[in-house]
Amino acid sequence: MSIRTITFDAVIVGGGGAGMRASLQLAQSGFKTALISKVFPTRSHTVSAQGGITCAIASADPNDDWRWHMYDTVKGSDYIGDQDAIEYMCSVGPEAVFELDHMGLPFSRTEEGRIYQRPFGGQSKNFGEGGQAARTCAAADRTGHALLHALYQQNLKHNTQFYNEWLATDLVKNARGQVCGVIAMCIETGEVVFFKSKATVFATGGAGRIYASTTNALINTGDGVGMALRAGVPVQDIEMWQFHPTGIAGAGVLVTEGCRGEGGYLINKDGERFMERYAPNAKDLAGRDVVARSMMMEILDGRGCGPNGDHVYLKLDHLGEEVLHSRLPGICELSKTFAHADPVKEPVPVVPTCHYMMGGIPSNIHGQALRLSGGHEGDDQIIDGLFAVGEVACVSVHGANRLGGNSLLDLVVFGRAAGLFIEDGLRQGMEQAEPSRDDIEQAMSRYRRWDESKKGESVTSLRKALQQTMQNHFGVFRKGDLMAEGVSMLADLRGRIAEGHLDDKSKAFNTARVEALELDNLLEVAQATAIAAEGRKESRGAHSRYDFPDRDDENWLCHSIFDPATLKLGKRAVNFSPKTVDTFQPKVRTY
Amino acid sequence: MKVSIYRYNPETDREPYMQEYEVDTQGKDLMVLDVLALVKEQDPTLAYRRSCREGVCGSDGMNMNGKNGLACVTALSIVAPGVLEGKKALVIRPLPGLPVIRDLVVDMTMFYNQYEKVQPYLINDTPAPAIERLQSPEEREKLDGLYECILCACCSTSCPSFWWNPEKFLGPAALLQGYRFLADSRDTARDDRLSRLDDPFSLFRCRGIMNCVSVCPKGLNPTRAIGHIRDMLLERAI
Repeated sequence: MSIRTITFDAVIVGGGGAGMRASLQLAQSGFKTALISKVFPTRSHTVSAQGGITCAIASADPNDDWRWHMYDTVKGSDYIGDQDAIEYMCSVGPEAVFELDHMGLPFSRTEEGRIYQRPFGGQSKNFGEGGQAARTCAAADRTGHALLHALYQQNLKHNTQFYNEWLATDLVKNARGQVCGVIAMCIETGEVVFFKSKATVFATGGAGRIYASTTNALINTGDGVGMALRAGVPVQDIEMWQFHPTGIAGAGVLVTEGCRGEGGYLINKDGERFMERYAPNAKDLAGRDVVARSMMMEILDGRGCGPNGDHVYLKLDHLGEEVLHSRLPGICELSKTFAHADPVKEPVPVVPTCHYMMGGIPSNIHGQALRLSGGHEGDDQIIDGLFAVGEVACVSVHGANRLGGNSLLDLVVFGRAAGLFIEDGLRQGMEQAEPSRDDIEQAMSRYRRWDESKKGESVTSLRKALQQTMQNHFGVFRKGDLMAEGVSMLADLRGRIAEGHLDDKSKAFNTARVEALELDNLLEVAQATAIAAEGRKESRGAHSRYDFPDRDDENWLCHSIFDPATLKLGKRAVNFSPKTVDTFQPKVRTY
Repeated sequence: MKVSIYRYNPETDREPYMQEYEVDTQGKDLMVLDVLALVKEQDPTLAYRRSCREGVCGSDGMNMNGKNGLACVTALSIVAPGVLEGKKALVIRPLPGLPVIRDLVVDMTMFYNQYEKVQPYLINDTPAPAIERLQSPEEREKLDGLYECILCACCSTSCPSFWWNPEKFLGPAALLQGYRFLADSRDTARDDRLSRLDDPFSLFRCRGIMNCVSVCPKGLNPTRAIGHIRDMLLERAI
């Protein structure tokens, strides 16, 4: 079977905030660019971001300073965020946010007509010395929706070429290890096409669906990480998964940290504001990892709420109806729908829920994907033709724990940076890497495997087994023996999924086929997560172990690197050399 | 409980048909999307769109017991009271008025085309300031009830005027977005935007039936927005 080839200067995979920010840059440059998205772009998961985009635009505080934002981010990352990348994000941020306003994003406003900013977790003034900052720019509690639609609208204005409802299945790389493009399937017709491109940009988002309970959309299946690992590209810090403190108990739906920013707080079954005990200064606005662990401690110590004592309450009613309806209208709606609780009158039942993948494809600030010369060890090498931006990338600006509001900033700053860098590269004559017929054939093998499957377990049952394994063995608190068991269960699942069965072989809008292809990606992310989590023998940020309860800067003040070829976990140095400010030295992290 | 679902696979079916399923929700008042997931476990060939599963992405607009809505935020007890007690079936069809690709998946091209016709993006040709363009809270408040649209198409596909003239009448969703930019103090293309709507079909085919208002899962009011555009056109004419 020979397949159709379409040739572009740049192909972007993923139509969320990062992908559409990159495509907008490239569409404006006039280079032949395509954006492939498995859903219509405004259905991407960016749409679910609520509270805002954190950035020192000096609206709430005219003296705000991006260096303070940088300090908070470095501290929040538990010191394994790369300081050159964080410096870039925080300093370029204001420009990127003002651009969003110029694009039409309907930010909420202050009396002065400027963008409204609210307090979020882990924020401070004056390098932690000046008290709580209010640095998160918001469009009510629908900032992601407003941002995603504004970006889609601007892409329409600049005639970006969209391939909507096309699923990228695998990277095409040649014998020299260069990336030549990507195979993608048109979901509507089933046609499979080779998108040949000088630059392939992964903006495929996260993979929260490896867990049984997650705030993530059903589409967050780690397609970029899966494709990367299958192509031999490593992943970094993939053990670092953020559990958001406030997912609605039972439903998993997100309730923004902005609720606590606006003055809401958590209570246990005794009505006690327990965060005062765990984080005396920042209280409910400590880092997300800290708050999530505190909640779990309350629940495990028998102070949880509800008949099973398996959640705590988020109290909001004291804020008053007017504030709730003007600042948090979406939350009122979600709480009524999914928790049957009107926040104006009663507290919202919440529980820490898988939310964000801090790890991903190692990349530099231009979005170029990196590998190590010796697989899991050695020097950084740039992977020709491959870029990664947004949640799928690990630049790393989030390290071991992301601060609220930094993900949207990450998307627009690095989507833009990759676009600018590729535009420049194309002007200087970036070359197309050529694949052989066998290289393309190799990238088609997985699609064929499912298409030719005759019997075996169903995709649904395999997916459930995978999600349950991750939920039970790699949650908020982790333990060596339990994780080792999880690692072996996933190895077993790999064998079962390789024999999995796709019954429906039809072409037209075959969502069963899409789910089968997604399952392979979930497995890749899950297995990398498991091996990296078992391997990092310390507690740092979101990675918290009973058997290694302390941070170990001597051995683990570094990135982890998972090499898919050998399944080995190695280490990569963290950048401590920002260009314009002094290094922030690791300190004990308290809030 | 009984579920009856519209089925059509272009590769195998000459015409669409309704298929019955028996689903065990264990007595729980699930969302319709959860019920569809249970059906899909029995029958993986069933096709429908879904993404956020919390009512913000607009993927799963469909017709449930005669009314358009989002499957993920529509509880069984709301859309089909009595269905859990076996008194009636949950009946799910694709959004009406658009071509069906497969099962509950419709071809939204016509809907998106009409959206694009209103130039759904901010136009301001004056040089951008070094910071944001200032906007007072009062000016910003004018966008509330407009920008929240999720393009689910529940409104336009419940509108008889849109069914009748889907190529010429822009439909409630597109017009709501048209007004969203007319109402934005940062936009400078007001006159051009109004001129584009000033013909017998684009806007004026709205007959004030208000189906759009009754189905909008976000509680928005396209009819009122259309009224505001009419007022602006009138004001401009005199």
